[in-house]
Amino acid sequence: MANLTINGKSISVDVEDDTPLLWAIRENVGLTGTKYGCGIAQCGACTVHVDGVAMRSCGVTVSEAAGKQITTIEGLASNGALHKVQQAWVANDVPQCGYCQSGMIMAVAALLKEKPKPTDQDINEAITNICRCGTFQQVREAIHSAANA
Amino acid sequence: MNKHVMPKLTRRGFVIGTAAAGAGLAIGLDIPFGGPTVVRAADGSPEVNVWVVIRPDDTTVIRIARSEMGQGTLTGLAQLVAEELECDWSKVVTEYPTPGQSVARKRAWGDFSTGGSRGIRTSQEYVRKGGATARVMLIQAAANEWKVPASECTAANSVITHTPSGKTTTYGKVVEAAAKLEPPADVKLKDPKDWKIAGKGVKRLDTLDKTTGAMIYGADVKLPGMLNAAIKDCPVFGGKLKSYDEAKVMAMKGVKKVVRVSDSSVAVVADTWWHAKTALDALPIVWDEGENAKVSSESISKWLAEGLDNAQPAYIGNQNGDAKAAIASAVKKVEAVYNYPYQNHATMEPMNATALYTADKCEVWCGTQNGEAAFAATLEASGLPADKCEVHKHILGGGFGRRGMTDYVRQAVLIAKQMPGTPIKLLWSREEDMAQGRFHPVTQCKMTGAFDADNNLTALHMRLSGQSILFSVRPAALENGKDPAAFQGVSPSGDAAIGYSVPNLLVEHSMRNPHVPPGFWRGVNVNHNAIYMECFMDELALSVGQDPVEFRRKLMSKHPKHLAVLNAVAEKIGWGKPPPQGVYRGIAQVMGYGSYVAGAAEISVTDGSKIKVHRIVASTDPGYVVNPAQVERQIAGSFVYGLSALFYGGCTVKDGKIEQTNFDTYNSMRIAEMPKVECVMVPSGGFWGGVGEPTIGVAAPAVLNAYFAATGKRIRSVPLRDQNITFA
Repeated sequence: MANLTINGKSISVDVEDDTPLLWAIRENVGLTGTKYGCGIAQCGACTVHVDGVAMRSCGVTVSEAAGKQITTIEGLASNGALHKVQQAWVANDVPQCGYCQSGMIMAVAALLKEKPKPTDQDINEAITNICRCGTFQQVREAIHSAANA
Repeated sequence: MNKHVMPKLTRRGFVIGTAAAGAGLAIGLDIPFGGPTVVRAADGSPEVNVWVVIRPDDTTVIRIARSEMGQGTLTGLAQLVAEELECDWSKVVTEYPTPGQSVARKRAWGDFSTGGSRGIRTSQEYVRKGGATARVMLIQAAANEWKVPASECTAANSVITHTPSGKTTTYGKVVEAAAKLEPPADVKLKDPKDWKIAGKGVKRLDTLDKTTGAMIYGADVKLPGMLNAAIKDCPVFGGKLKSYDEAKVMAMKGVKKVVRVSDSSVAVVADTWWHAKTALDALPIVWDEGENAKVSSESISKWLAEGLDNAQPAYIGNQNGDAKAAIASAVKKVEAVYNYPYQNHATMEPMNATALYTADKCEVWCGTQNGEAAFAATLEASGLPADKCEVHKHILGGGFGRRGMTDYVRQAVLIAKQMPGTPIKLLWSREEDMAQGRFHPVTQCKMTGAFDADNNLTALHMRLSGQSILFSVRPAALENGKDPAAFQGVSPSGDAAIGYSVPNLLVEHSMRNPHVPPGFWRGVNVNHNAIYMECFMDELALSVGQDPVEFRRKLMSKHPKHLAVLNAVAEKIGWGKPPPQGVYRGIAQVMGYGSYVAGAAEISVTDGSKIKVHRIVASTDPGYVVNPAQVERQIAGSFVYGLSALFYGGCTVKDGKIEQTNFDTYNSMRIAEMPKVECVMVPSGGFWGGVGEPTIGVAAPAVLNAYFAATGKRIRSVPLRDQNITFA
């Protein structure tokens, strides 16, 4: 049993302490926007915010996440308005297949919180998510447009 | 907002047996365009024809039979229908008809297969006719109501106008009457130069849900009472499942059942997938690995190398003159041996399917590149007839050819069949996905060129040795044993034709099929053929001291479309003018999937082993461009896929198994490694080429040729990681 705070709501999940946060979010809480891609913290498809920091939820256990503020892609919009990163993603038509994009958007939202006007070098260092469709050009353009929004 | 809900149609009452719906669903394509019996969508709105449903509020529902996996086909096909329909683009939504509905209506939506960059090019004509036919019927319905000749009426943005009187109405108001009309026998399609919606870089229709987490991929499917399954198939291809000890895991949390899925696979079913996967990892399994456990990359490589010997039998794919004789008597001869490894598709979303089996029905929910093949697999695995089966297609988290296969669909049904009434979601772990790929085929190639005393290329011999995809996947497509697809990009004619004329040419294939199952991997045989041909073209040019572009141009005078894209790229990258200090260029061209493509790269190399790609220029002539913004994304994405394979890819075989297990051992490019791709589109019209795949072919040779320019070292083996070369 773990007490999680996800997108501002307290939720008790009946899972073993070592259950990856990813699977608690997807299967026990039922929020499927956070994706499974590799399970070994390589691809970033499962990126969520834990106390505002982008983390790969497949590599975080529920016991480590308990008591912390967890934000998933479903909780990024506020008061019905898309987050500026989501808006930039829509405006720049970023996703191709889209499966990695929840994680990509979460990673970018965390980057912009830390560095509101990131340089290309900042992007290169902070955004290490895999996108097999290869929509990196649109990701980079959308990050800059979100930063300037 | 675009919702990919399944239409629930009023079915016309007939049943097709399983035989008719078997592999390939070989039923004649007969596309009904409306008729006196009005067919209605789930909400009661009438079909004008199978492609077009219009609601009273003028919302236009466009049916899309092909699958959307990121390549933009869903939006492109909707643009083509909307263009001819003259509907209001802002009121367009799309929906997938199901394969079961299509079969029940005599394959009303035609081919569902989405591979070979065919999504648009092989259905553009009949979907445009669907739009045009609907427009004519809607106008006729308005004209009938007004009692005026239809020729006095026009339509635009879903509004019909009677020009002489200025009277107007909308599609939503006349659709009921239109749906009852006989469709016109023939309709004239627009000249693409008059397009207003097609040909424009309109925004994709599926973006919003992909930015909010709301898009439901196959892996996200939830059904009441659903259980989750994790599976292991014998890691040695062709091996069998001997035994497993389920007693060791039945007490583990959430475990419901351990299931023998096939003679080579076992699955654990549990309340959650995490529990299923944890128990599967703990399950003692004994495999009967068989003879294939002796196979390794080394043994495959040795066997393929033997096929490079001219004494070994080979199929001829392209021939003119007498290349062997010309080479034997040449003043100068250049020879090089290349190879290309296995590659895994590594879609971001691992393979998965959800199945619900009861005694009289079997339903599947999955991402698939071929709804009808998934449907046929459902029939076969369930043993139920076509009218008792259905497949609900979801948006794919990547396809790249992998989801044209139906192994995962079959597995899900076989598990569900052992637990009737319980929906089962089967999800592969990444490790299973890596182990059970349908791999880019392995090949080697000996290239030989011959020159006369004036340094003219007199002969070219390309001898391929290696695996045939069709031999394994589609044996009926072999031609007297020969795999015609093995010659993609170097064929004498067709949609993957060679771009060079050489007085004496021989392209041949010594087919050797190792036990590793091959599949269509984005770009398919163009990938290695383009590396072999385009790197060797540079080798030939440099061996006689000629500029690689000038050397190619001399061989391309009879191939103006190939030449045009090469020239477009050369001009854009500044070929002939010096690159920046420390930067080196490479170039390549190929034809594939009906399109002509070329690419050029500017790179710098540090310590001979660290490559930075500064700039990529790419050109494509696909005939017609339906959505330039999406074509540009396909071109740029092709470089990411192709260069990931070049730098990081390569699947190796040890003890009969694939050694790579996840993205730590099968890496993929990140944003830092990828420069901007500058696209030069030169659509020349008059033909329809694909865009999802051909550009991958030029990605690797452009960089490899630039690497030679930078270092003087010729790389003839992929991936670069094997030679400790990586990104800077």
